[in-house]
Amino acid sequence: MAELDTSGGGHKKGPGVKKSKKLSTRIDLTPMVDLGFLLITFFIFTTTMSQPTAFKLNLPKEADDHKDDTKIKNSGAFTILLGKDNNVFYYEGILDPTGKNFKSSNFKDIRNAIIDKKRHTEDKDFFVVIKPNDESNYKNVIDILDEMAINVVKRYALVDISEGENQLVLATEKAGTPASN
Amino acid sequence: MSRPKLPRKSTSIDMTAMCDVAFLLLSFFILTTKFKPSEAITVVTPSSVASKVAPDKDIVLITIDKNGKVFLSIDDEVKKQYIAGALNSEKNLNIDVAAFKKATFFGTSFSQIPSFLTIPEADRKGNLLPGIPCKDSTQNELVDWLKIVNDAYQGQKMNLLLKGDNLAKYPSFKNVIYAFKKNNFLKFQMVTNPETVPVGSDLYNLHQSKSDSKVE
Repeated sequence: MAELDTSGGGHKKGPGVKKSKKLSTRIDLTPMVDLGFLLITFFIFTTTMSQPTAFKLNLPKEADDHKDDTKIKNSGAFTILLGKDNNVFYYEGILDPTGKNFKSSNFKDIRNAIIDKKRHTEDKDFFVVIKPNDESNYKNVIDILDEMAINVVKRYALVDISEGENQLVLATEKAGTPASN
Repeated sequence: MSRPKLPRKSTSIDMTAMCDVAFLLLSFFILTTKFKPSEAITVVTPSSVASKVAPDKDIVLITIDKNGKVFLSIDDEVKKQYIAGALNSEKNLNIDVAAFKKATFFGTSFSQIPSFLTIPEADRKGNLLPGIPCKDSTQNELVDWLKIVNDAYQGQKMNLLLKGDNLAKYPSFKNVIYAFKKNNFLKFQMVTNPETVPVGSDLYNLHQSKSDSKVE
């Protein structure tokens, strides 16, 4: 392939005609291959194979009176608080005034906590309340909503953090017990 | 002690085959590649396990950049024309409707729209613009924007998308949601990067059992 037969031909040149030096037609293809692969890498890196996906979220209807608010059982409630620097805190049921049931976690361990709670509560009572504080970022919120999807939590809500809880989160963060440890 | 002499072979290999492969792959990538449209607003989206591809028609996209600035973009030019007209009559803004129609996104307060439209398209960069003011519930222009958008679509299908940056703080997200709620936009989608479902999780098992029942 890619070679031309230059031998033969048996063509006699007449006297006085200078015999030109026969050049080989074999070309070194290495630089061409180099160039080819360079371009391939370029296109591989610039190509966008993955289409962005969309993630659905339904909001509850905002009502002025709290008559229609969803009632949840204390035993089935699981509250996740999001703080700054990817800190995650959670408690089950009602927050103990002494903060005894207030636990620190992180995005890796929270899954086990959710699964654990899910296994120990009845399906219809299980309700996750997500409360991001002002220091948490969008990624944290999406990550935790994603966690709901991963663990097939059917009922969850995004709720504003209360002052007391926010103080507790800030105090815990300040005390230097980051969730990652 | 003499070794049997191996016949010396030439070290030069025929590159032709390799060259063929290289260019075959090259042509494949050239043909399949789709360049990322240069985005005026740089946003790094978080990833989620959602598997539905984001819609690309009839979209109303709210973008939150990493500083919490909010931008709005609408793809339908007819709707934009309506919105420009509504803004002109309601707020007396004197907007150039043709320029408004061509604009890909909006990121200023209402009063600044006319001056924003005089900026050439290529120079409209998200980091240089103030964003739509929606700092809190009292001063939330996004509410007004969405109200007009709602009027423009009037029951027609519309995909409300929210695209936020990883580093955007929660309050900006909350204010956008506040604007959604005010306008009764209770269903929206968030643009994310795809991610694989962790093996062994409940969702994974659910997918597994679904695909099993399909096979049966």
